[in-house]
Amino acid sequence: MGQGAIFRIAGLGKSFGPNEVLRGVTLELRAGEVTVLMGANGAGKSTLVKIVSGVYRAQRGEMFLGEAPFAPASPAEAMRAGVVTVHQNINDGVVAALDVATNLVLDRLSGGGRGIFFNPRRIRREAREVARRMGLGIDLMADVTGLSLADRQMVAIARAMAHEPKVMILDEPTSSLSSSEADRLFALVERLRERGVAILYISHRMSDIRRIADRIVSLRDGRIVGVFEEKPLDYEGAVNAMLGQNLGAGGIESREATAPVFTADGLRIAEGARPFSLSLGIGEVVAITGLVGVGKTRLAETLFGVHPPLAGAMRIDGRPYAPSSPAAAIRRGVFLVAKDRARTGIVPDFNIYENISLPFLPHFSHLGVASRRAERAAARARIADLKIVCRSERDDLATLSGGNQQKVTVARWLSQPSRMLILDEPFQGVDIAARHDIAAKLRESAGQRATLLFLTELDEALETADRILVMSEHTIVGEHRNRNLDMDRLLADVAGRGLQGAA
Amino acid sequence: MDSDMAGKATARVEEGQGARPRLSPRELAIRYGFLALLAGLIVFFSLATRGFASPQAAVFILQSVSITGILALGVTATLVVGGFDLSIGAIATSAMMAAAYVMVVLEQNALVAVLACLAIGALVGLINGLIICYMRVPDLLATLGMMFLLIGLQRIPTEGRSIAAGMTLPDGSTAGGAFSPAFLALGRHRFDFFIENLVPASVVVLVVLAVLIWFFLEYTRFGRMMYAVGSNAQAAAFAGAPVRAYRIWAYVISGVFSAIGGILLAARLGRGDIASGNNLLLDAVAAALIGFAVLGAAKPNAFGTAIGALFVGVLLQGLTMMNVPYYTQDFVKGAVLVIALVFTFALLGRNGR
Repeated sequence: MGQGAIFRIAGLGKSFGPNEVLRGVTLELRAGEVTVLMGANGAGKSTLVKIVSGVYRAQRGEMFLGEAPFAPASPAEAMRAGVVTVHQNINDGVVAALDVATNLVLDRLSGGGRGIFFNPRRIRREAREVARRMGLGIDLMADVTGLSLADRQMVAIARAMAHEPKVMILDEPTSSLSSSEADRLFALVERLRERGVAILYISHRMSDIRRIADRIVSLRDGRIVGVFEEKPLDYEGAVNAMLGQNLGAGGIESREATAPVFTADGLRIAEGARPFSLSLGIGEVVAITGLVGVGKTRLAETLFGVHPPLAGAMRIDGRPYAPSSPAAAIRRGVFLVAKDRARTGIVPDFNIYENISLPFLPHFSHLGVASRRAERAAARARIADLKIVCRSERDDLATLSGGNQQKVTVARWLSQPSRMLILDEPFQGVDIAARHDIAAKLRESAGQRATLLFLTELDEALETADRILVMSEHTIVGEHRNRNLDMDRLLADVAGRGLQGAA
Repeated sequence: MDSDMAGKATARVEEGQGARPRLSPRELAIRYGFLALLAGLIVFFSLATRGFASPQAAVFILQSVSITGILALGVTATLVVGGFDLSIGAIATSAMMAAAYVMVVLEQNALVAVLACLAIGALVGLINGLIICYMRVPDLLATLGMMFLLIGLQRIPTEGRSIAAGMTLPDGSTAGGAFSPAFLALGRHRFDFFIENLVPASVVVLVVLAVLIWFFLEYTRFGRMMYAVGSNAQAAAFAGAPVRAYRIWAYVISGVFSAIGGILLAARLGRGDIASGNNLLLDAVAAALIGFAVLGAAKPNAFGTAIGALFVGVLLQGLTMMNVPYYTQDFVKGAVLVIALVFTFALLGRNGR
């Protein structure tokens, strides 16, 4: 028994039908410490979180809060006992129709022992108290609809803190935040740590983990496979334990581009942004990196015909290219694996092969009648190609893990030859093994097209691209060949210094 | 002919079982529960009443559900693209009044009347689609508004009176036209099918439209794209689908199908009856929603809609033959709908929907 363990999990097991998700997880959390839980997609992280937060019940094992057994029957019960969870989906944590003050004290409003009448002044007084304790600099009268994602998350966390929790679980809290927003979150986590809260922090992002972890626990196949708490923390060891294998650093052979496939001149994608030019060669994999909010997605969608450019001309294979819609872009052989697959990628009611063939149904159709047999054959080839883990090509997308869903969306756009394949954050919410599979496939198949990746994480760009371009303030500010590249200069470009120098 | 359609769909399911041989009892119940219930009802009524198991009774059931069935197939198209059409009943009665007006007052022939009705259905559907796609009015509200508008509009030309041959017009004169025999045949002619004068024209129309829309939704790429639009419009757009066009087409299909239902209604009644068609909307929507539960689809589908309509028809006919009073019919329909919806959303909420 470790010193000061405030929350203990012993031998927790959970199965869904024949599928054993947790196979005896034992873990303890200590007051005033941030324990980072790492695990690949499908390792059982979400299930563990749901058991601790009272959504699921464990089939085996026990939990203790302090010395008392802890077996919440509902999220509300877990919260009352002092175990609070902030879920990944930020909008689940706030009620958009209400103002910030009401959101902050929402749980108290619905709790028992209150009068029937709603006293706005008292609400605001209590909310002010909560906001002050948490150092929340948000207008309490503002409507939640007007807040940024980060502010909404701050509100959700601040409300959770109103319960004086002993344990707080943060499930991938930075997954939809920009880096400055993430900074504010980390400041808040520091505050929680100082207040003696035991924090379980679940994340994929190495930069977050390096910044915040006091100890790291690796979860694989429903078991804890490594606990790392000696300083300095062994990050690589934790990643290797989580993957169960040693993925090499993955230095790549940077290729020189030959003839250009795509060129853009004087392209301007936002008011007041500096115009830029872009040229992508055949067989080349180019990554565009930059902080969140510098216009990467805007550029990706402009190239795909979602938005028209404000100025500038584009050409593909020397012929003018001005797509008026995604359909027009697809006809010219420009494909986009869009960011945020749940919103713009997958069709949840469709199975794997229907998702893969979606944009190319005319290829599989005679006189408008689609041949499912041909679609399925094509999908089976893609499944083998990208090592998609599934029972068959007729599995529903909902049964796949996040990494495999992403593989399906990538497989869709690899299933037909393209002139330019654009991928916007293709590794978001994808575990490292799936990321390697996807990156390897992209490089292997890159021969006859230009491949353009939009990546916020520099590591991902270094792992996959021949050439790295840096964006800042809706324009391209730097170019680096991925061979003996100058990290300092690259980082300076990312920080926007290149732009100031040039202006 | 209806069994032909069922046969095709079953063949598809069996093919589907090839790769997944073992179905748990629960999955079996979800997939075949509703069809088993329908078969059970038919067996029960056949044993419990005299004459239920005759071809004439079967045809009577089909005839009783033909108009609501056609409307339900139309509304299925809008459900597929994630919309809803509340104006179908009003489109049908407007088409009925228009057919009567064209023949009785304007003294035109049957073909003109039919074309006028189809044009009205397509136009109203187009307007619904445009309002929903370009004015961003939510589908329920837009079609609710259209419903009220049409209910009012269809009364204006005759100052609120029903239309029949020899009626007095607002200006005091007598209408010179009449329902043409060709038009009335749509409602009254019976085709020979093993037995002489067995199958009414309306049943033939229902079966043809059911097969058409079923084939369109299940087997053509356009149908598939409509399902994609309904499931995730943004993803469909990023896959190159013209989302608005598909949505608008769905409302046009719904409008045209409703107009066909209205034509059959006019032909059956032989007059433009201002008071008829009150139940069309609710019955059609109920059939389409019951269809969610058929074969465990959990989504709008043409085969399910047809079975849903048939289910209601069988139940009502059987109960009538067992001398259950007519005024319990709406209660029975409502109960079936609620049970089917519970079946769909609670039992097969496998995707957390």
